[in-house]
Amino acid sequence: MARFRYPALVLLGLAALILAPRGEGNYIIFIFTSWLTYSIAAMGLNLTLGYSGQISLAQASFMGIGAYITALLTLAGLPWIVGMLAAVAATFVVGLALGFPALRVKGHFLAFVTLAFNTLFFLVARNEDWLTGGNYGLSGMPRPNLIFASTMKNLPFYYFTLGVFVVAAALMWWIVHSPWGRAFKGLRENPVRAESLGVDTTRLTLLAFAIGSAYGGLAGALVSPLVQYIDPGSFALGISLKILLMVVVGGAGYFYGPMLGAAIVILLPEVLRFTEGYYLMIYATAVIVLMVFSPRGLMGLGERLWHRLTRPARQVRADMAGGAQL
Amino acid sequence: MAQFLQVLLSGLSTGSIYALAAIGFTLVWQAAQTVNFAQGEFVMLPAFFVLIGVHWLGMPLWLALIFGLILSMIVLGLLFKVLIVEPMLPNGGLPLIIATMALSILLKEGTKQFYGAEAQPYPGLFPQATMTLGGAVISVQDVMNLLVSLAIVVGLTLFLNRTRTGRCMQATAQSPAVAEILGVNTRRMVLYAFLINAALAALASFLISPIYLAKFSNGENLGLIAFIAAIIGGFNQIRGAIAGGLLIGVLDNLTATYITAEYRAAIPLILLIAVILWKPEGLLGTSEGRNV
Repeated sequence: MARFRYPALVLLGLAALILAPRGEGNYIIFIFTSWLTYSIAAMGLNLTLGYSGQISLAQASFMGIGAYITALLTLAGLPWIVGMLAAVAATFVVGLALGFPALRVKGHFLAFVTLAFNTLFFLVARNEDWLTGGNYGLSGMPRPNLIFASTMKNLPFYYFTLGVFVVAAALMWWIVHSPWGRAFKGLRENPVRAESLGVDTTRLTLLAFAIGSAYGGLAGALVSPLVQYIDPGSFALGISLKILLMVVVGGAGYFYGPMLGAAIVILLPEVLRFTEGYYLMIYATAVIVLMVFSPRGLMGLGERLWHRLTRPARQVRADMAGGAQL
Repeated sequence: MAQFLQVLLSGLSTGSIYALAAIGFTLVWQAAQTVNFAQGEFVMLPAFFVLIGVHWLGMPLWLALIFGLILSMIVLGLLFKVLIVEPMLPNGGLPLIIATMALSILLKEGTKQFYGAEAQPYPGLFPQATMTLGGAVISVQDVMNLLVSLAIVVGLTLFLNRTRTGRCMQATAQSPAVAEILGVNTRRMVLYAFLINAALAALASFLISPIYLAKFSNGENLGLIAFIAAIIGGFNQIRGAIAGGLLIGVLDNLTATYITAEYRAAIPLILLIAVILWKPEGLLGTSEGRNV
């Protein structure tokens, strides 16, 4: 029975995702769709952060690159799928180019380089009016036209996004559980050991970062038709921080961590709307408290509680035991 | 030529203030291996402490400055270390980085909620006069800012190199275990580093706020620049942070005047990427000799 429990739970989750927006208003469907979109971006960052242990602060700029490429291509009359493929390919290449110098140097230089990159991207998007529309941004992107249905309405577009999300998640599942993914984990837990076992750590980390960036590009390709309006502010450094917080709050290194984190970061403002301007303060305080008591995020907290109820915990994250190292 | 001198001087002046924040950053990094993503907010906040002192408690400016300095050292030095850094050290570096990011949001939003989103006029420490030197019009404020920051840096260097406590701090930064064996109270030395960082941030705040006005979002840019200055100068060297701060201040002003105003913010970023590419230990830094 235990063998079937996990697939059954996944199917149950999928069924819930299919049924959830039925009969809901446009706004709720929009929130659900943007949750799926951000989940994809956060999933990509989770590969970089949770599995290979590098901090990236440029996920929003990858979303931005993907969104602008998709917007420009679809506005030029090309189908969405072309825009999406171009976005994914471009962000993968940019990820490689950005990660290569940063990862040559050990330590957390990737964090600094990506931080600079995100700000540079924002400046270019704001200043190069001829391409990006500057501060006014781009608008009126068409939604993808599938053979059997148009996605101009919100509900079909939700299902379209869900389809992309499921494919992206399945792909991620495969990456993480392939020998490759295990090497990523080995890298995070004990880089010296991984290296001595013949893992080319630099190349693997770079690859993880580039794939994570491509997920950002994919999310961007979905943002473009979802919002049908993009401007530089939607991809500023603050948004990168937001995506980073999604991963960490959910639980970096857990497969479902980014999805949980994205749900919280996207839905919490709706739930805490009554607190008005204090929302961000409450949120920031909660993150600090969470980091003190459960650095492995909510998934880690849940796991700890679960093990306390059932059986003694096994150690999952050896890298968290080493003390401050950055 | 006269214009060049003016631009250079005002660049050095803001650069020296950046250097103060960058030095604090470096000290905390050395003492506790903590990358403080809230450093910009640490520079933003003390100006508001002074404003509270002046407007709410009716203090004269000089008293408000002292009040702001002490409050900063308590809140941004002591409390930051005890409430945030210490409980998180056993969890490793990453949670702490995330926590300082959250702290930066908290400080920024808190200031916005309690003091308003508009830029607040902030009392200048020096007269708004100008003087002419060889055809160049020089602002007294710029000269004084440069002199005061340099004096602070010299004082700090003397403290670190010539006093017993300062040397103990350096020993702690270089090798906590050996320092401990030699009888240095390393916990106290780490606390000193946090207090000095808070004081430097407060002083930088007092000097820069008359120029930028006191605004809740000031920290975003300042933090980034302090950060970049520390890295391009050399993360583990105080003189590196000074060089980095001055370099960015000057380059920023020169670009804005002579090349492009739109992309002036890009210069430090490009500099950062270039330094990481070619000299990751920083322009004046020494390699830490850590391979993994």
